[in-house]
Amino acid sequence: MSYLTITDLQKHYDSYHALRGINLTITEGEFVVFVGPSGCGKSTLLRTIAGLESSTGGNIELDGRDITEVASSKRDLAMVFQSYALYPHMTVADNLSFALRLAKVSDAEIKEKVRSVSASLQLDALLERKPKELSGGQRQRVAIGRAIVRQPKVFLFDEPLSNLDAALRVQMRLELARLHKKLGTTMIYVTHDQVEAMTLADRVVILNAGQIEQVGTPLELYRQPNSRFVAEFIGTPKMNLIPANKIVRHEDNLAIDLLGQQIIFPVNRLKGPLPKSAIVGIRPEHMTLVQEGGDLSGRIELVEHLGSEAYAHLQLSSDQTIIIKAPARTALKDGQVVNIKIDMSEVILFNENDRVISVIPEEV
Amino acid sequence: MKRSITRLLMAPSVIMLLVWMIIPLSMTIYFSTIRYNLLYPGQNNFVGWMNFEFFITDPGFIPAVSNTLILLLSVLIITVVLGVMLSALIDKPFFGQGIVRVLLISPFFIMPTVNALIWKNMMMNPVYGIFAWISESLGFEPIDWLSSYPLASIIMMVSWQWLPFAILVFVTALQSQDTEQKEAAQMDGATGWHIFRYLTIPHLARPIAVVVMIETIFLLAVFAEIFVSTGGGPGYDSTNLAYLIYNQALLQYDVGVASAGGLFAVILANIVAFFLIRAVGKNLTV
Repeated sequence: MSYLTITDLQKHYDSYHALRGINLTITEGEFVVFVGPSGCGKSTLLRTIAGLESSTGGNIELDGRDITEVASSKRDLAMVFQSYALYPHMTVADNLSFALRLAKVSDAEIKEKVRSVSASLQLDALLERKPKELSGGQRQRVAIGRAIVRQPKVFLFDEPLSNLDAALRVQMRLELARLHKKLGTTMIYVTHDQVEAMTLADRVVILNAGQIEQVGTPLELYRQPNSRFVAEFIGTPKMNLIPANKIVRHEDNLAIDLLGQQIIFPVNRLKGPLPKSAIVGIRPEHMTLVQEGGDLSGRIELVEHLGSEAYAHLQLSSDQTIIIKAPARTALKDGQVVNIKIDMSEVILFNENDRVISVIPEEV
Repeated sequence: MKRSITRLLMAPSVIMLLVWMIIPLSMTIYFSTIRYNLLYPGQNNFVGWMNFEFFITDPGFIPAVSNTLILLLSVLIITVVLGVMLSALIDKPFFGQGIVRVLLISPFFIMPTVNALIWKNMMMNPVYGIFAWISESLGFEPIDWLSSYPLASIIMMVSWQWLPFAILVFVTALQSQDTEQKEAAQMDGATGWHIFRYLTIPHLARPIAVVVMIETIFLLAVFAEIFVSTGGGPGYDSTNLAYLIYNQALLQYDVGVASAGGLFAVILANIVAFFLIRAVGKNLTV
């Protein structure tokens, strides 16, 4: 059942069209992540849902109520800001209880709610402190606590982890995931970090230039992107894209000419008509180094050792550089020429408009 | 060695500042203990506390002290309250915001003498002043502000002069207020009034303290407005300490009593400063 429904949402700034017809339904209890490059409209979309920006078209419905024109204070949403936006002259306890005090909740109830929230976020010892006496992670927890204490219909997070250092970010990410499991409240989360998106989300919404590029579970987006944009955006290191200009059909297979060597691609995985040319997308982990044969060969330019694995940068005969994943303790040397075998079942084809024209076979 | 060179190099400016302060102060103290009347030159004998006695028992003394304090407090309250309200009002962008800001701040650039003349002749004049015209066109008797309400008139002029300063400080302070905090408060269900009361006012605590302190320094010594408009009168109704001292020194030619008055003013300023810093100074440490 849809809980939050966004229909044809538009947002124009003076001369800039920030949101170009957003359609999205979110079910209750879902953790949805908006992700995209900077300037794609993800924060604008969140702020429009929050009511901090007014929309210039379309409407937003929450739990059966049209909230498009409702003031943000009456929408029953809570938001966690990137800068935390704690009230600097109030103690942690006052920060947590601010919304409840405004809503004229009884003192006893406020006390009880603040107590339970601060206990669950390990803020008990900090209740009398001012925000400036807290560390970044503690401030973050207060900001989250301030949202939780109100028991809103939806939590909105605007890049909440981007001001934290790497270690703390991983820890807070985990805490957020736990929190969502525990509360079961609908959460909308904006980030530019695709790792956060992949790890936290039930569903990821990828935005590009004010439009939704694709919506799906993290794995769907990873394995079956709709477009080159999504394919390149999701996954680190990026998907390798190699142009192929000659494609010939041999019965049930396509022979794709990849830099002079042919790779075989089954026709039944093709959507639509036979293309004349295509861009072949292969993720770094879907290529293996082989002694002989193989589908491609290249010269090693650089090897990055990450400990658990290594990434080799290969220069192909066309001068293009691709990245392949290699075992952790690889003996690869710079300058060495190697052969690569491509895992054809994971290959994706794009047409010249950057749309995907192939399907990935269902895993058995 | 290094230290003594530092001291040596700093000495000229330190000595200069010391002399700058010590000489006028010690001369004032000296004058306050001798008979020093410009009408009787050469009779400068030591008189002990007599000048102080004369000053304190002067019929203008009690009104002058109370007028000084009333003027100070009224102008402080008017400028801070109106200043905060106007600044909050013009903080949100609107058409012509830049011009409105300049207009609000420009009275500060008008010198006190000119300010007093404008108010005296253009605004408050009972015959052709704007206030008189307003009351007449509403069918009331025009009020002779300067003789009927002399102190209130002075308060009005000085407030007009100092309101821009308060606005200047508050507008700048408001620009540094975090917008995400306001948005967070909105999400928390706060109305515009709640945001003003619980976020803006606390945010302005320090600027308010600064405005109060700086204005206090100048408001204790208001002189030009009184000199140009009411001349301290009628009677002592608009005489403050600064004007009373001027009166003693240059209208009654008694420099000795005036010096005693000057020392009293220094003491009063210190007492006021003590209480003000106690009252608002704690905001400065936040």
